[in-house]
Amino acid sequence: MLADKDRIFTNLYGQGDWGLEGARKRGGWNGTKEFLDQGRDWITNEVKASGLRGRGGAGFPTGLKWSFMPKVSDGRPHYLLVNADESEPGTCKDREILRHDPHHLIEGCLIACRAMDAHLAFIYVRGEFVRERERLERAVEEAYEAKLIGKDNIHGWDLDIIVHHGAGAYICGEETALMESLEGKKGQPRLKPPFPAGMGVYGNPTTVNNVESIAVVPEILRRSAGWFSSIGRPNNVGTKLFMVSGHVNKPATFEEALGESFKDIIEKHCGGIRGGWDNLLAVIPGGASCPVVRGEDMMDAIMDFDGLREKKSSFGTGGMIIMDKSTDIIKAIWRISAFFKHESCGQCTPCREGTGWMMRVMERMVEGRAQKREIDMLFEVTKQIEGHTICALGDAAAWPVQGLIRNFRPTIEARIEQYTYSSTSDGAVPSIAAE
Amino acid sequence: MVARRLADDQVQPASFAFNNDNAKWAEWKIGLYPAGRQQSAVIPLLMRAQEQDGWVSRASIEKVAEMLGMAYIRVLEVATFYTQFQLQPVGTRAHVQVCGTTPCQLRGAEGLIEVCKSKIHHDPHHLNADGTMSWEEVECAGACVNAPMVTIFKDTYEDLTEDRLAEIIDAFAAGKGETITPGPQIGRLNAAPEGGRVVLLEEATTYREKFVPPAPPPEAAPAAPAAAAPATAAPAQAPTTAAKPKDVTEESAPAIKGPSKDAKVSEAKAEGERKAADTSAKANGEPNKAMRETATGAETDASKIDGGKAPGKATTNATADGATEASPKKTRTIIAPKANPKEVNPVAEKGGDAPLFVAPEGPADDLKLVSGVGPVLERRLNALGITRWSQVAALTPEQIDQVEGSLNFRGRVARDNWLQQAEVLARGGEEEYVRVFGKKPR
Repeated sequence: MLADKDRIFTNLYGQGDWGLEGARKRGGWNGTKEFLDQGRDWITNEVKASGLRGRGGAGFPTGLKWSFMPKVSDGRPHYLLVNADESEPGTCKDREILRHDPHHLIEGCLIACRAMDAHLAFIYVRGEFVRERERLERAVEEAYEAKLIGKDNIHGWDLDIIVHHGAGAYICGEETALMESLEGKKGQPRLKPPFPAGMGVYGNPTTVNNVESIAVVPEILRRSAGWFSSIGRPNNVGTKLFMVSGHVNKPATFEEALGESFKDIIEKHCGGIRGGWDNLLAVIPGGASCPVVRGEDMMDAIMDFDGLREKKSSFGTGGMIIMDKSTDIIKAIWRISAFFKHESCGQCTPCREGTGWMMRVMERMVEGRAQKREIDMLFEVTKQIEGHTICALGDAAAWPVQGLIRNFRPTIEARIEQYTYSSTSDGAVPSIAAE
Repeated sequence: MVARRLADDQVQPASFAFNNDNAKWAEWKIGLYPAGRQQSAVIPLLMRAQEQDGWVSRASIEKVAEMLGMAYIRVLEVATFYTQFQLQPVGTRAHVQVCGTTPCQLRGAEGLIEVCKSKIHHDPHHLNADGTMSWEEVECAGACVNAPMVTIFKDTYEDLTEDRLAEIIDAFAAGKGETITPGPQIGRLNAAPEGGRVVLLEEATTYREKFVPPAPPPEAAPAAPAAAAPATAAPAQAPTTAAKPKDVTEESAPAIKGPSKDAKVSEAKAEGERKAADTSAKANGEPNKAMRETATGAETDASKIDGGKAPGKATTNATADGATEASPKKTRTIIAPKANPKEVNPVAEKGGDAPLFVAPEGPADDLKLVSGVGPVLERRLNALGITRWSQVAALTPEQIDQVEGSLNFRGRVARDNWLQQAEVLARGGEEEYVRVFGKKPR
């Protein structure tokens, strides 16, 4: 387990001063200029060597992403766009960074911008995080006042930071939708290519990174890439913010090393499962879009990218949703389907129509008012949504339903049987076969 | 998708204007964005209008459109797309937004909704009898570890029980909302576990170790691809007589705006770096050609030429006057500088052939024997670090995703059944393939 001295977010719970002075006391803004003076290649290579993978869910290597930015400017400015549109159900880590450790993020922006030859960074905070945004804006002001950023700052690399915000659209967490939204349009994803590194915000080269990915960079440089890559298993290195919600004794957000076992993490940080380990029904291991995993399968799970792939799910953002045996699992997944139906942007037909369709079928399955063969049909439809849309929201909507059918088919069938059994002649299952 | 429409005409105010403070704020906000990009401020402005009036009216939409020089319809689109904009009047004292998404649902959000129904109005988005309160169910508000929670205007009230929410609603209905402290309602420190934190007990200090400046990237680091050593990657190929100073690095030419010699070298280096992991592809005998073909058509010819030759320049120091060199040199000077947006190759996170794997030692297998892989795909696979059948056979679903992303062929691996084919080839080569599939490969 991670020792306190190896933690990056040392003010995670807001127990100390979030401001510049507090951040400095905890080691922030220490030696930033030395890193910047090493030049962009050094920074990028250090981040590559640290093995940092993007913390927003997809796990793409951050250093590699940075290296996609044009090496030589063609006259167009470069931008960094920090994705703080954290909306995935189960995920609430960026919130803690924004309100309790904002200077980690600002310092990270400066270093990342140096690595990409950018002089302007946007931080797009989701609209619901009002207090968090106010806190971040105040921290940015502090940094300007102390001449840490801005024109002619003490670091010798001009940087402006614009704190922007959304207004409640999950889809804006997708990088191209994020750029559309930042440009003042509906947040509907763009086709790729062109990729953001070639044509992003306002048609200029842009790199989009998650808040956590950027915020850990200063500490990685300070403590060396070797320190970061020595934590965890190969290809899954470093520390990570985890969030545990649902049926544990004490839900919490915490920073932990990757590669620890699920059981240890829950025992240490959350006081175990409500009603004991035998009471564990299922876990959604990385935010709502990840397929659900049966409780008994999670017992030996390793919490990192590869560990959860072995469980046919995904590590996602590290936001675990725990469900004990009192849960109506069908209803829980139906609620996720309802979420995706609500949040589909309406651009691609398979997603716009399919998410609503899935939700309505799931709604009947919650009651049991369905035919058993509809389970296969539902599965088939999820396969037709997955991979046939511009962005990954279609996939994300399909996976939870697939996970449910894969893992809890007997539960769905039993519900249907029970409904059929207890129905009267008036309320019998409507015969779809008759059509 | 949710269908959202503006409120009925009878509730729409005739006009809207920002008050003085907000007008000043709006001017400042618009000024933040790059010149000509004031449209970016549309969401912040609409949100400020909503804060002022409580909801977004048709008049405020039109006002914002005028301020930003946008067509009305564009602002209307934004106002109806983003669900945080209230398109009809909400309670003046409180508009309670209950998060009903799964993490909150698991911890009792349905009970909170019942409380709202009984205390405010049976239906969401409806004002109570006094017109002071309203409620709605929202999708995840991002405080999952503090579930269940509600948002009232700017503040969140977390770790709620039904009784506690009833108290909060009563307080707001009585106009005493400020007596309730936002945040967790159970005496818990933000997102720390209930009953006190179990980590971060030590006082945090500066942990910084001594900084060692030049530190070249450690070559053995697992996640650092061979990109660190571009110059050595392909020294032997494409000998050229072009001479160019090798001592110019990206660092010394960080922000070159126009055409310059440095720019070309850096570009060449970039190209070299991207393909650096291609060392193993030497076995093909023509790695450079392979590299060039992986570049998309959008890339300027000049950079291709440079890319192929740059490494060689370091080793040979002859002049560039040879007749055969004349034309590439000319191309270079003409084309390289005028990279306009359309020509710039987005070396995108998926489109680029940055190596994903470490290519194994030894001779490469003929990947073309896998049906579905042609010469082009084979070279691109090689560039990704895949040179063996056994590597293809061992691809995990996530790696397949990455590979397909890089190749821009979603679904190709599964459709053509690469895994099984490669597994058979790896086991017994062509003979085994004929035995299993009943036909010769290719």
